[in-house]
Amino acid sequence: MATSWIQDIVNPVKRGWEEFYRNRWQYDKTVRSTHGNNCTGGCSWWVYVKDGLVTWELQATDYPLLDESIPPYEPRGCQRGISSSWYVYSPVRVKYPYIRSTLLEYWREARKKYSDPVQAWASIVEDPEKSKKVKWSRGKGGFRRHIWDEVCEIIAAAQIYTIKNYGPDRNISFSPIPAMSQVSYAAGARYHQLIGGVSMSFYDYYTDLPPSSPEIWGEQTDVAESADWYNAGYVVVLGATPNRTRTADCHFMSELRYGGAKVVVMSPDYAEVTKYADLWLPVKTGSDGAFWMSVIHVILKEFYVDRQVPYFVQYVKNYTDMPHLVKLQKGEDGWEMGRYLRACDLADYQDDDNPEWKFAMWDTRSQRPRIVYGGIGYRYPQKKENEGKWNTLMKDGKTGEDIDPALSLLDMKDDVLELNTYELDTGEVYKRQVPVKYVETVTEGRVAVTTVFDLHMAQFGVARDGLSGDYATGYDDDKGFTPAWQEKYTGIGRDTVIQVAREFASNAEVTRGRSMVIVGASINHWYHADLIYRAFTDALMLCGCVGRNGGGMNHYVGQERLAPFDAWGQVAFALDWARPPRQQNTPSYWYIYTEQWKYDSAITDYHKVPDPEKLDYKHTADYNVRAVRMGHLPWYPQFNQNSIALAEEAQKNGAKTDAEIIDYVVKKLKDGSLRFSVEDPDAPENWPRVWMIWRGNALGSSARGQEFFFKFLLGTHHNVGAEEAAKPYVEEITYRESPIGKLDLLVSIEMRMNTTPVYCDIVLPAAHWYEKEDINTTDLHSYILPMGAAVPPNWEAKSDWDAYKFLAKKFSEIAKNHFSGPVKDVLAAPLQHDTPAEITQPALDGIKDWKRGECDPIPGITMPNMVVAQRDYPNIYNRYISLGPLMKSKYGFHGIMTDGGPVYEEYMNKEHTNVLEWGGQKYISLKEAKEVANVILFFSSLTNGEVNYKQWKIEEHHTGLYGDNYREAKKAVKAIYGDEVKEYEEYNGVADEVGLPTREVRMTYDDIAAQPRRWLTSPMWSGDTRSGRAYTGFTLQIDYRLPWRTLTGRQHFYLDHPTFLEFGEGVVTHKYKLDPRKMNEIEKSDKTDAIVCNYITPHGKWQIHSTHYDNLRMLTLSRGGNTIWLNDRDAESVGIKDNDWVEAYNDNGIFVCRAIVSARIPQGVAFAYHSMERTINIPKSEQRNKIRGGFHNSLTRQRLKPTLMCGGYGQFSYGFNSWGPIPIIRDTTILVRKMRNQEVKW
Amino acid sequence: MDIRIQLSMCFHLDKCIGCHTCSVSCKNVWTTRQGAEYMWWNNVETKPGAGYPLTWEDQQRYMGGWEVTATGALRLKLLKGPGKLRTLANIFFQPNLPTIDDYYEPFTFDYDNLFNAPLGDDQPVARPKSLITGEFMDKVALGPNWDDDFGGSPLYAANDPNLKGLSESQKQMLTHFHRLFYFYFPRICNHCLNPACVASCPSGAIYKRGEDGIVLIDQDTCRAWRFCVSACPYKKPYYNWNTGKSEKCIFCYPRLEVGEVNACAHACTGRIRFVGVLFYDADKIEDVAKQPDDRVVEAMREIVLDPEDPKVVEAATKSGVEENWIWAAQNSPAYKLFKKWRIALPHHPEFRTVPMNFYLPPLSPILHQAKGDEGGTYDPESMEFFNDVELMRIPVKYLANLLSAGNEELVMESLKKQMAVRMYIRQLRVGDVGDAKVKSALDEVGLTAEDAWEIYKLVSIATFTERFVIPKTHREIKTTIDPRTMYEKRGSVGFGRKRKELVAREW
Repeated sequence: MATSWIQDIVNPVKRGWEEFYRNRWQYDKTVRSTHGNNCTGGCSWWVYVKDGLVTWELQATDYPLLDESIPPYEPRGCQRGISSSWYVYSPVRVKYPYIRSTLLEYWREARKKYSDPVQAWASIVEDPEKSKKVKWSRGKGGFRRHIWDEVCEIIAAAQIYTIKNYGPDRNISFSPIPAMSQVSYAAGARYHQLIGGVSMSFYDYYTDLPPSSPEIWGEQTDVAESADWYNAGYVVVLGATPNRTRTADCHFMSELRYGGAKVVVMSPDYAEVTKYADLWLPVKTGSDGAFWMSVIHVILKEFYVDRQVPYFVQYVKNYTDMPHLVKLQKGEDGWEMGRYLRACDLADYQDDDNPEWKFAMWDTRSQRPRIVYGGIGYRYPQKKENEGKWNTLMKDGKTGEDIDPALSLLDMKDDVLELNTYELDTGEVYKRQVPVKYVETVTEGRVAVTTVFDLHMAQFGVARDGLSGDYATGYDDDKGFTPAWQEKYTGIGRDTVIQVAREFASNAEVTRGRSMVIVGASINHWYHADLIYRAFTDALMLCGCVGRNGGGMNHYVGQERLAPFDAWGQVAFALDWARPPRQQNTPSYWYIYTEQWKYDSAITDYHKVPDPEKLDYKHTADYNVRAVRMGHLPWYPQFNQNSIALAEEAQKNGAKTDAEIIDYVVKKLKDGSLRFSVEDPDAPENWPRVWMIWRGNALGSSARGQEFFFKFLLGTHHNVGAEEAAKPYVEEITYRESPIGKLDLLVSIEMRMNTTPVYCDIVLPAAHWYEKEDINTTDLHSYILPMGAAVPPNWEAKSDWDAYKFLAKKFSEIAKNHFSGPVKDVLAAPLQHDTPAEITQPALDGIKDWKRGECDPIPGITMPNMVVAQRDYPNIYNRYISLGPLMKSKYGFHGIMTDGGPVYEEYMNKEHTNVLEWGGQKYISLKEAKEVANVILFFSSLTNGEVNYKQWKIEEHHTGLYGDNYREAKKAVKAIYGDEVKEYEEYNGVADEVGLPTREVRMTYDDIAAQPRRWLTSPMWSGDTRSGRAYTGFTLQIDYRLPWRTLTGRQHFYLDHPTFLEFGEGVVTHKYKLDPRKMNEIEKSDKTDAIVCNYITPHGKWQIHSTHYDNLRMLTLSRGGNTIWLNDRDAESVGIKDNDWVEAYNDNGIFVCRAIVSARIPQGVAFAYHSMERTINIPKSEQRNKIRGGFHNSLTRQRLKPTLMCGGYGQFSYGFNSWGPIPIIRDTTILVRKMRNQEVKW
Repeated sequence: MDIRIQLSMCFHLDKCIGCHTCSVSCKNVWTTRQGAEYMWWNNVETKPGAGYPLTWEDQQRYMGGWEVTATGALRLKLLKGPGKLRTLANIFFQPNLPTIDDYYEPFTFDYDNLFNAPLGDDQPVARPKSLITGEFMDKVALGPNWDDDFGGSPLYAANDPNLKGLSESQKQMLTHFHRLFYFYFPRICNHCLNPACVASCPSGAIYKRGEDGIVLIDQDTCRAWRFCVSACPYKKPYYNWNTGKSEKCIFCYPRLEVGEVNACAHACTGRIRFVGVLFYDADKIEDVAKQPDDRVVEAMREIVLDPEDPKVVEAATKSGVEENWIWAAQNSPAYKLFKKWRIALPHHPEFRTVPMNFYLPPLSPILHQAKGDEGGTYDPESMEFFNDVELMRIPVKYLANLLSAGNEELVMESLKKQMAVRMYIRQLRVGDVGDAKVKSALDEVGLTAEDAWEIYKLVSIATFTERFVIPKTHREIKTTIDPRTMYEKRGSVGFGRKRKELVAREW
């Protein structure tokens, strides 16, 4: 019977129908492409074209294999990526330009009156009635299909009007995370920089930046490619769900277990990644830091006191600041942790250059403090003899003699002193003895010093013989920071902490550092994220795991690795035409301009510090104002006066040179006749005016505190219910009534009609990722990939590069009637990391504020750096399409600057390079996106071996790692890592070993389209990718003794900036999540029939941020629209059933959605997965303004941490997207209740 | 011995991410058409959960699959109505057919409103709209993956048919953190050896291809009786309401024929899938299908033949199996996982269709002591570095209900082998387990070091071509036209007027 249905005979008549499905499979061609949304995937895809249409995509599977012992990368690509083709012809696709009827009608009317578009624009925005109507109509429908020509005329007119009336820096631009479509990002950034506008940051704004990374390493972020997870022997995952967010790499999570590793998952819910766990730790939300504090306690006790692990001791001595000496300070109530002991303190060294920036260790050989190589002062030597000492060799900075530093002073102490350590959550102060040596200083006389290590032992309460005080008597002693202590925060038993700590450290001991932490956004979004991160990073460093394959801190949030940054940055920020760029840290910007700062009360209401009286300010906003005027953070608009008019005014008043113009400006700032805009942000002359958004959902997924954006920035409907709380606490800002609606014009270039374009005045159609050419890199792998055009941009869409090219042309045409030639523009920029400005403010006797007369205002030293830039408005288009002359000068990144002249020359003379000629000069063409891609590839050390070799030569010179130093460094590494270090006698230096062998490599766009290529091992980055080695951060620092870009040149356990000390964060500590009762967030909200929840917004499964959220595939596979996850018992307590309509709300706003009830969510917590759209399936709310019910960002309000605003101090110096506060939203509280009427209103 | 060939897919459930990339790849290529919107030839379910269509595993309700009658004959369950025997004559009324409410009402959104809404006093929104009626829906109430990630657990997970026989304490997984778990279960058509769909089709429109075992519904012959939908216990044939034909997973035969892997397996970014060739003895199918529950998996392993056995090779050659297929069978990951290493298991073999896709049961985190749920701290039940299989969260009974017709030993064997491989490899790569301990772990489950290494290689570091060993079909013979005209065919293939799709096709 059974075999009767098997068709053995291939019968053409019977089976001819099979062609039916075969025909569907046939296709015309495949094109290699990828996706340009904010995704870390960086996946290579084959896009299938059939009948000239994009029909589907499948992952490319031809990545070159790394090492055979590691699972291959193929296939990379997830459910969202594979849904991308749905967008191309979908009903949510923006096919044409749109403009709202309100504005269009005014415009037509105005254009009838005025032939000049700028005048026409003025007639609208200067009419309060019209202006208000345009603003109020935002987000309320009324779009009209229009044409590129006229909408671009409006945009250019608005920008020119703004430049002339307020200043160029009121034209702002936002596009996130460039790495995934680098040319597309560069388009808008380049355009805006050319017109003197502002590029808004994204990585910090997305709370992707882990501030602990610059704090510890001086590096934005540097993590392992996912293949390196496989090298681990022990992995702890926290705050990350690789299934959701690293889907393409998640297979390594399961595979590494078959590779013999153990996996521990810390997650308050049974997150998807828990399925890979051997051990699940259901920590309570926001308590991960407490867990790790006690892990450190156990590691210090068992691996540093009871027993010393030689590898760990060698590691922390050689690669961290643990042996550095710190002065103890006499406080009012005992000894406090103080500042590092420096060259300027010591008679033997005080005459050296940069003596405030060189640091001491206790040398056990000579029994005295000695200044050691690697301090940041050696990075900027003023004396020839101090060159080549910026490395981590253990040598005396003056004599070059070898040093053997003491990790602890316990065995050689002069004395013991009682140090105050703080358990800030409870207010408990522990007095714990530390061993000290007394050192004669030229600055403070005899001072007591101890090591960073000894401070740690006190901080963590780990007892040692010979030291008394409030040390823990054992693990069961409930004191900061023992395993017993953490139980009340985490809910995890002490035995479990001890087990994890032992396994974590033992594995690291056996494997020399192959214990790993994988961490994601869910941790980074807590107010005290940097402390949590520092806690587990300390554990990793104590176990020698950082810079080791299979080990280290791997934070995956945002696609931050823009690998060819050295070349890309020049094109993107138009540095080939003018320097520096105007780059704004967005968290501060929106905190102030959307008025969210006014809803915070005093810092100490919610932030625990040792002594609230000692803080410089009562309100976070004041810290930000000071940070701006001292050059720690940027602010654009810079001044309450037009920066172009200011230059003219200076010239009229006799300034002849640029230097005199700057002098004039400084004088005006000093006497108060000119103010920083941030000091009076609500004054109309200080508002942002025109905002262009592309490649991003700035008003949707990005807008933390979205309702505040709507109310104060856009001037439209909103659901804010909160009341202002800041006024009594603010002294640096002029406190005005909040203006309603600041922006004159809001533009989005988009592919899909999502939340942002719905609220914009003008929407331009952008090309889909399968319709344009670009390049893509990520930190999850080490390849460079193309985005390729399978079909031309559909309908009237343009690629971002072509869109801005079109706009630039329009702008130039109109500008000709308003600017006769180039103009001068006074530009202020903060003190930058990786430049000499990072060693300008040692703050040795506290922070010196010129405004308070504590020092002189000196640009670039005590205040922002200032330059006079030249803008050539009629030539914006020409400049946009031409690689400018500054590309022939020095270019690069991270302080490694190569000479661009020969590279420019060589590239321009290549047979297939297009050359443009205008104004009597020849330029390399940037007219087409593919040309831009090729320029980036040719100028970057990642893809051009010659440039790479040159950069290595420069780095070799900076660090002195050639000749004898190089060989000594290799020897020192061999002493730790033995046979891992290969023969090196044949090389003369690090450039020779690393850069020389690949000197001939050149990659072009066509090469990477043929097959993804791994990038070269460049000094721009810190990981070694040679010979199939998986990339991980800081292997170059470990293997070659290259310095970290920090104060000491080493990894920092200790942060001695006075602000950090005031806030009690010198050594890592514990600060629990913010008290919901102090957050001014649920004061006004009705609590009837509602549950109160901590509001958690992890990244979702059916979207990449908001992209794909509106994709029908993903909506079908999820719940078809906005939802909130609730615990089953919580839901039952207020009568909520699965799929009921609910209102989630607080004083910040309202979110109407459906409930998903599940036992996997912990009680007292609500999860709303980031990011949804308020365009899909949202009915009207029942309370407050009864308007459409918002979405997940309606409930948030951002908060900033003042410590992250320090500047001019080594790694605490500004970098775009790499230093500054992050806008915290995790410590948010909401109410949830069932909608009374389940028949919702639309 | 009647040697036949079967292409078989294996799924490593431990590796499954639950991402549905597989589902979307399939949807993109095959079912983005009118009438097919609700079809997911490949779908992924969260377990515990109710699945798609809802509670499809409950054959009391759906009456899919086979049963052994009192006289020892094999009979479609469908033919037995409540209290009386039915026949296929009962053709116009099928009480067990799932309705659209069991699948879900396919929907879209009124995206146009975001562009076209007139200027109003509030933000326009895209409301959900039914793809069947075109009307607005106030609430989307079901989807093909509705209970994803344990969503709606009090409603859906709690009604999982696989909970039968679990203790009350084990069922705390539905409500208590200390026992909580879930995992994912991807499903395609099982291309069974004893397919109920084929047996039930009144039109004879369904057949199993001799050359590769793929089961297909002939789109010319199908007459929309929908008996396949009812008879298939996996609910994998779907009725296309637009064409009036039923359709199902075709194992991507247009790709497989040229040596490419199925779109779902290609797209599987979790690298959980393996595809290979099995040889089996067709004489024994009926016998296997009749085995009692505790024997049925073993019987299925027995029917699969050893491709290295010279007798098998000889018989295969005799029956016309080409050399590249024999090579593929000898290198088949499906053979190794299912038969050689005995770590993969069939899905609901008690449905007696002899399904030909196999699953490796997942490992899971160690259980917590109950005190955490009672306000105490969370601590695991054991402090061992690697967990004892007995202390893992997923009850073996639950997995056995899914994968071995209740036979817990077979599930234990697989889980223990997986743990033994992990220990073996840790000893190689880290070295802190100890040789003796590793040896005893391997011995206990009867694995050699070589086996352990081979298992590791396949489940962990295998490349694309090692995971998918797919022989190209000899299309010069196994073609849809007269093989003798191949010389001409080459020049004319693909020519001709484009055929109308689905509706009123002509040939």
